[in-house]
Amino acid sequence: MAQTLTQKIIARACGRPSVSPGEIVTVKVDLLMGQDASGPRRWRPRLEELGAKLWDPSKVVVVSDHYVPAVDAQSAEILSISRRFARDYGVQNFFDMQGISHAIMPERGLLRPGMFVAGGDSHTPTAGAYGCYAAGFGATDTTAIAITGETWTTVPETIKVQIDGELGPDITAKDVMLWLCREMGMENSFKSVEFTGSTVRAMSMSERLVMSNMAAELGAEAGIIAVDDITIDALKSTGGDYEGAEAWVADPDARYCETVTLDASRLGPQVAAPHAPENTDDVGKFGTVKVDQCYIGACVGAKLEDLQMAASILRGQRVAPDTRLLVAPATVRVTEKAAADGTLATLTAAGAILLPSGCGACAGMGAGIISEGEVCLSTTNRNFQGRMGHKDASVYLASPYTVAASAVTGQITDPRELRASTRSAA
Amino acid sequence: MIIAGRAWVFGDKIDTDVLAPGYAMKLPPEGLAQHCLEAVDPNFAKSVQPGDIVVAGANFGLGSSREQAAISLATLGVGAVLAKSFARIFYRNAINIGLPVVTIDLTQEIAAGDLLKLNLAAGSMTRLKDGYHRDLQPMPPHIIDILEAGGLMAQLKRKRGL
Ligand code: SF4
Repeated sequence: MAQTLTQKIIARACGRPSVSPGEIVTVKVDLLMGQDASGPRRWRPRLEELGAKLWDPSKVVVVSDHYVPAVDAQSAEILSISRRFARDYGVQNFFDMQGISHAIMPERGLLRPGMFVAGGDSHTPTAGAYGCYAAGFGATDTTAIAITGETWTTVPETIKVQIDGELGPDITAKDVMLWLCREMGMENSFKSVEFTGSTVRAMSMSERLVMSNMAAELGAEAGIIAVDDITIDALKSTGGDYEGAEAWVADPDARYCETVTLDASRLGPQVAAPHAPENTDDVGKFGTVKVDQCYIGACVGAKLEDLQMAASILRGQRVAPDTRLLVAPATVRVTEKAAADGTLATLTAAGAILLPSGCGACAGMGAGIISEGEVCLSTTNRNFQGRMGHKDASVYLASPYTVAASAVTGQITDPRELRASTRSAA
Repeated sequence: MIIAGRAWVFGDKIDTDVLAPGYAMKLPPEGLAQHCLEAVDPNFAKSVQPGDIVVAGANFGLGSSREQAAISLATLGVGAVLAKSFARIFYRNAINIGLPVVTIDLTQEIAAGDLLKLNLAAGSMTRLKDGYHRDLQPMPPHIIDILEAGGLMAQLKRKRGL
C-alpha cells in the first residue's frame, strides 16, 4: 500500500509493513525529550511512586531551557531537579543551559530520519525537518514513555503542503508559515503535515526547522519534510547517523486527505497581529504600528541563520531611539559561531542587547517580557494573549529580516523598503 | 467494556475553559468539577449521573493542555464522550486518565436524555428505547486495558504489582 511519510514512520515504529489513518497502534519511541518545565520535575515523583527506572537512558534527552538562567529561588530549584534527575537516572544527553531543546537536538546530531520522537513540549514537531515523526505529549504520556519506551497513537491523516517557486529577497520560511497559519487555520488537529515542493527542497535545514516548528501553530501533530541531500549533509556535519536515511520519503502515489498549494514567488513579508499566528497579513498593512521592543529569540527564530539575516539588515544601522532590540541566541553554540563570524559584533554595534540562550521572553518566564500597553515585534512562533508578559501587551510576529528592519525604523517595516531607502541614501 | 447512561448533548467547540474554567482551577478536583460545562448547561454538574454519556460536535476539548478538563468529566462520573471530533491533547488526556472517548457524530440522531448503551470493545452503540444502532470504531485491546485500569498511571502501577 502506498503510504505518506507519516504512515511509513509510524508503521516502522509499530513493527508493521503499513498503517492506515484512524488506526490506533502501539509504537516504540526512538527518542524522548523532556524539558525543565514538563520533564524531570513531573517524571521523578511518578517514577519514584512506581519504583521505576528509565526504559533506556540513552534514548532520553533532558534540556533545561525554560527556567534558564534562574531568576528566583523557585526556578533555581527546578533547574536543580533536572540536574539531579540526569545524574540519578543516568541521562547522558543532558543539556543544562546550553540552549533551547528544539535547536539543541539537531545541532548535537541526536536526530535520525525515520525516528518516532516524543517530546514534552508543544514544538517537538520541529524535528520533523529531519524526516522524523515528532509530536508533543502531556506529562502523563511522557512519564509512561519514560518507563516503558512505548506509547499509543492514532495514525493521523496527512495534509500535503506543496510549495513551489523561488522566494523573493528577504522572504523566509517564517513568512511562508505565517501565511499558512492564515490559510489553513490552527485547528488541524489529529493531522500530520508534509511540506514538499521546489521551495522546500531549496531551503536550508535552518529554514526547514522553521517550517516543522510552526506545524504546531497549524494545530498539526507533526510537520515532516522528506530526506534529501541537504538533510544528509546536515547529519554528516553534526555527527548524526545518516545510514539508510534517503529511504525516508513519501511514496509517490501516497493518499493525502488534503493538498494545500502555495506559489512562493508571489509571497511578500508577513506579519501576524495579536493574539494569534493566524491573524496574518502582508507587512504593508501594519505600516503605522510603532514598536517598543523587537525580539530575536526562540527555538524558531534565533538560530545562526536567523541572526545572520538580522545582521544583514543591521550592518551600519542603528536601532531607533525609542525602540529596544533584544537578541537571545537559540543555543550557546549559536552564540559561539555568531561571535566567531562577526554576526554578534554587527548586532551589538547597531545597539542590540544580548540575552542568554533559552526560552526567555518567548515563554514569558525569562528576560525581555513586556508591560501593559507595550508593542513587541518578535521572531517567535506564537503571540497568544499574555504569553510574553502583560495580558494587555501586543505581540506581533515576523521574520528576522522584518524584525531587524522594524528595529531600525521604530515601526513595523518591510525589510525590502528599508534596504531600498538605504541604497538610495548611499 | 460496557457503559450505559443518559445522553447529554452539546454543540461544537466545547473548549477546556468550558470543561475546567480558569476561575475555578484552584479548587480541588471535586470543586472544579462542579463548574464543568456550566457555561453551556448550568444543570449539568448537579444532575449528571454516573455512567451518563456526553454527546458533542466538532473539536471537543480544544484549548489548553490542562488534564483537569478530562478529569472533571470523570470526577462527575461521565461514562464516555462521543464527539464528532476531538482536540488531540484532550483525547489523549482523556484516555490516559481513564475516560473513554469515541469519535462519532451523533448530535443529530441522539436527543438529550436518551438512554444509550455502549460496548467499546465490540464497537457498538444502542439506544435502548427503539434499538437504534450505530457501529463505533472498536477500541483496540490495549486502549481498553488502559481504560479498564482507570488510566495510564493506574495501569502502570497494576503491571508493576503495586
Ligand atoms: S523558545 Fe518558545 S516556542 Fe520554543 S520551546 Fe521555548 S517557549 Fe517553546
